[in-house]
Amino acid sequence: MITSAIIPRPLARLPWRLIFLVAGIALFGLMVLYSAAGGSSHPWAIKQGAVFLFFLGVAIGMSWLREATVKAFVFPAYVVIVLMLIAVDLLGFAAKGAQRWIDLGPISLQPSEFMKPAIALTLARFYELLPAGDVRNWRGIWPALALLGVPAFLILVQPDLGTCIMVILCGVTVMFLAGLPWWLFAGPAAAIAVAAPIAYSMLHGYQRKRIDIFLDPESDPLGAGYHIAQSKIAIGSGGIWGKGFLNGTQSHLDYLPEGHTDFAFASLAEEWGLVGGIILIVAFGLVVRWGMKVAANGRTRFAQLSAAGLTACIFFYASINLMMVMGLAPVVGVPLPLISYGGSAVMTVMLCLGLLMALERQQRTQSRAG
Amino acid sequence: MKHVRFTNAHQSITFSRRMMLVSGAQAAIGAMLIGRMGWLSVAQNQKYQLLSESNRVQLIPVPPRRGWIIDRNSKPIAINRSSFRIDVIPQQLEKGRDVVGEVAKLIALDADSVDRVRRELKESRGFRPVQLAENVTYEQYAAVTVRLPDLPGVQATRGFSRFYPDGPAVAHLVGYVGSANAKEYEKENKNPLLLIPGVKIGKQGLEKTLEPYLRGTPGGQRVEVTAGGKLIKELDPKPDRSGQTVQLTIDQGLQQFAARRMGDQSGALVAMDVATGDILAFVSMPAFDPNSFSEGIGRTEWKMLSGDDHIPLLNKVAQGLYPSGSTIKPAMALAFLKQGVDPQRRVVCNGGYQIGNRYFRCDAVHGSMDMHSAVERSCNTYFWATGLITDPEQTTEMVNYLGYGQEFDLPIPTQRYGTMPSPEWLEKKYHRKWQGYDSANTSIGQGYVLINPMQLAVMPARLASGKLLQPQLLLRGPRKPIAPLDVNPEHLEIVRKAMASVVNDHGTAVASKLPLDGILMAGKTGTAQVFRLGERGHQGAWALRDHALFIAFAPADKPKYAIGCIIEHGGFGASAAAPIVRDSMTYLFDQQKALAALEPLEKQWGGTLAERNARLLGAFKNATSAGT
Repeated sequence: MITSAIIPRPLARLPWRLIFLVAGIALFGLMVLYSAAGGSSHPWAIKQGAVFLFFLGVAIGMSWLREATVKAFVFPAYVVIVLMLIAVDLLGFAAKGAQRWIDLGPISLQPSEFMKPAIALTLARFYELLPAGDVRNWRGIWPALALLGVPAFLILVQPDLGTCIMVILCGVTVMFLAGLPWWLFAGPAAAIAVAAPIAYSMLHGYQRKRIDIFLDPESDPLGAGYHIAQSKIAIGSGGIWGKGFLNGTQSHLDYLPEGHTDFAFASLAEEWGLVGGIILIVAFGLVVRWGMKVAANGRTRFAQLSAAGLTACIFFYASINLMMVMGLAPVVGVPLPLISYGGSAVMTVMLCLGLLMALERQQRTQSRAG
Repeated sequence: MKHVRFTNAHQSITFSRRMMLVSGAQAAIGAMLIGRMGWLSVAQNQKYQLLSESNRVQLIPVPPRRGWIIDRNSKPIAINRSSFRIDVIPQQLEKGRDVVGEVAKLIALDADSVDRVRRELKESRGFRPVQLAENVTYEQYAAVTVRLPDLPGVQATRGFSRFYPDGPAVAHLVGYVGSANAKEYEKENKNPLLLIPGVKIGKQGLEKTLEPYLRGTPGGQRVEVTAGGKLIKELDPKPDRSGQTVQLTIDQGLQQFAARRMGDQSGALVAMDVATGDILAFVSMPAFDPNSFSEGIGRTEWKMLSGDDHIPLLNKVAQGLYPSGSTIKPAMALAFLKQGVDPQRRVVCNGGYQIGNRYFRCDAVHGSMDMHSAVERSCNTYFWATGLITDPEQTTEMVNYLGYGQEFDLPIPTQRYGTMPSPEWLEKKYHRKWQGYDSANTSIGQGYVLINPMQLAVMPARLASGKLLQPQLLLRGPRKPIAPLDVNPEHLEIVRKAMASVVNDHGTAVASKLPLDGILMAGKTGTAQVFRLGERGHQGAWALRDHALFIAFAPADKPKYAIGCIIEHGGFGASAAAPIVRDSMTYLFDQQKALAALEPLEKQWGGTLAERNARLLGAFKNATSAGT
């Protein structure tokens, strides 16, 4: 918060440190897109910049939302999004192919993106309404599982494994923070750990090969492992200081596939090196830490849980992409928000941030009032 | 489940505790990401930098120029000619369109070559270009070049091709070059150089054995390319290094002369410098034209060559094996002398000799023979009789020591070195005892005796020099000091005198005296029976006729050169082989005189070697096309 006589009060009350941080990340992203286009603001950087500015405005506007208003809209919004997901699945079924968006003329809506913040809000609202005594009961578990399971399933059949995983992770984080019993989380985790090797041994040859390639992409550098192998080459060849702005060879000579979308971080790391990569990771870390603080300072249970869930959404967005790009996770098609070209991720993250800013403003005004 | 009441207070404690847990996990994941990135970009930086460079920079190999092969006087034997070539890349051919036929029409390619191209296209590896035509004229090259956009898969380039000015005369010496086949490609660990059209490697002869020297190192145009193969920019090129020039001991003039002098006969001739062991001529005739082999030989020509009973595809110098016939006699004489036989000892030749229950017939009734006259007039009876009173093991040892049956250290791919039979060898090979008739056969160079033409030159060279000469083909190769022969010089003198008499007194080759003043040649004729002992077939069917052999050195008193020659089925050594050796020897002393002698002969045969070869191929082509 900047306190100055010159700046009008409403503006001064905005969380400027966060806004600068986010704008800084976005600017870094624009530079990566500028370089990936061969040193041109066309076709990506300028468009991406416009999208970012638009959603930054939306987020700042959202920061004046009151918690009560948000709460009122949570369940209706959830229902609308689930209906849209069903519509998308039906469209996909009719078109006999993957379908992820609803075409609305100039813009296309990707309902699964809205589901990421929506699931955090919905579950937060559910646990707020649930009496404390029921949290460790069956009554505290099955509705949450249903609220989470239905959209997760609908997204999975689109099919969009990456988004599905993210929605589940956001939901699970909220459920975990809501105080559900330990065994609910430890049990499935242990079961997966035990079952994975058994399942692996029961897989068909080609399925097993896919897993092998994920574990060791260099074993098939021209086939399925190509993306990860080239991405690792881009990151690894950047070294500490990188090859310099506009000097990345992996990205400019098209060896790095999707160098401006899912693998934008590899483009970035190639030109800016370890230093650039760490700066970006730390910047995301600061954004997440800010969000977690908002959650910790939440006055209501809804504020606490939803802030944590929205922050988790941002966290998972970035970390799944980074793990994927660095060869720590399979390629599931999750972009790096604010860096990768594409409006959906920017929209989702800015919606999350807008809601977080709104919650943060409530805290301040309430604390001031109190 | 324990029914402890979960209150709001519990809830808020749980929340803050779990918040710490979640934050911690997030921080841990962040730290892991930074660690992973550090691992990739610092610890493994070198590995990935290398991979990134090998992505970025591609090397388009530039083939080196093949090294020349030159003779001892720096005259060219194998050189490179600038040439135009047209290739087809099978992968880029349009399906259902006969581009090969179109180009063939455009440059008037003969049916034979089209046949070969289609055959090679069928066996090709897709990305590897197949040669359509090599050494096309500039007009043909231009005709294809202007139509290139309309001819997918066709490639017209300038390059170099191998050229052998002497053609067949040097065929078996240098061999030929050709594109690498799949096996050679695998053998060189898939050397990408071998896939470039126009790159030829040695397939036979010196071209094959000297490959490491002749090839040179390929250069490369280093280029930056995109993943899609689009060229972005050219980087500094890596220059190629031409192959080394290899200088042979061969005298190109003599090589060519001897090849021409053989006419249409089938045979081999090797000439050596007696001082050094340098091989001056290495001739095997008739021979293929290495120029047409290097261009990819047509089916008709191949058929003609492989069907010829004079076996032009066989390197007779290195791989031909023949009975030595009487050319063994000087060596035999030396062996006898070493074992204490008195050169004055006389044997009466009544026209034959009885050994056991078999009567061996001599060529004539020679009367009383001593060693000198027995060599001079090639009396078998003397050698049969003397062979029986000496130790066959020791005799063989001496003949072998002089070169027969020996393998030499020469850069030729395959060398057969024949047999010098001895009692020990016979026991090992045929499990039987040495008999009197074995001694008799061996002492006149028949029976198990098999020698190759190289040995036919080494033997007189060693006798002439008294040194243990080793034949040499590379002028600048490493040389070992030459040891003197471990024989009595007086004995050598006796043998040399007898050989001089063969040509100059009353011997078997008096018709082949050198037409030079003051230079005498010493020699020994040989006639090797091909068909059956006792039946002398110097007339009748060509393939049943005897082989004619002649070994010689000159000047007789101060030897400088030695020559060995075999003419397959030539009849008497004196009549077929000796004149060729005489003329070749003459060439070494007086080129004008030798060439003047050759001219009327070639006229009689119907033109020079090249002219006759061309005519032969033409006739064969007509005959095959008429037949089909």
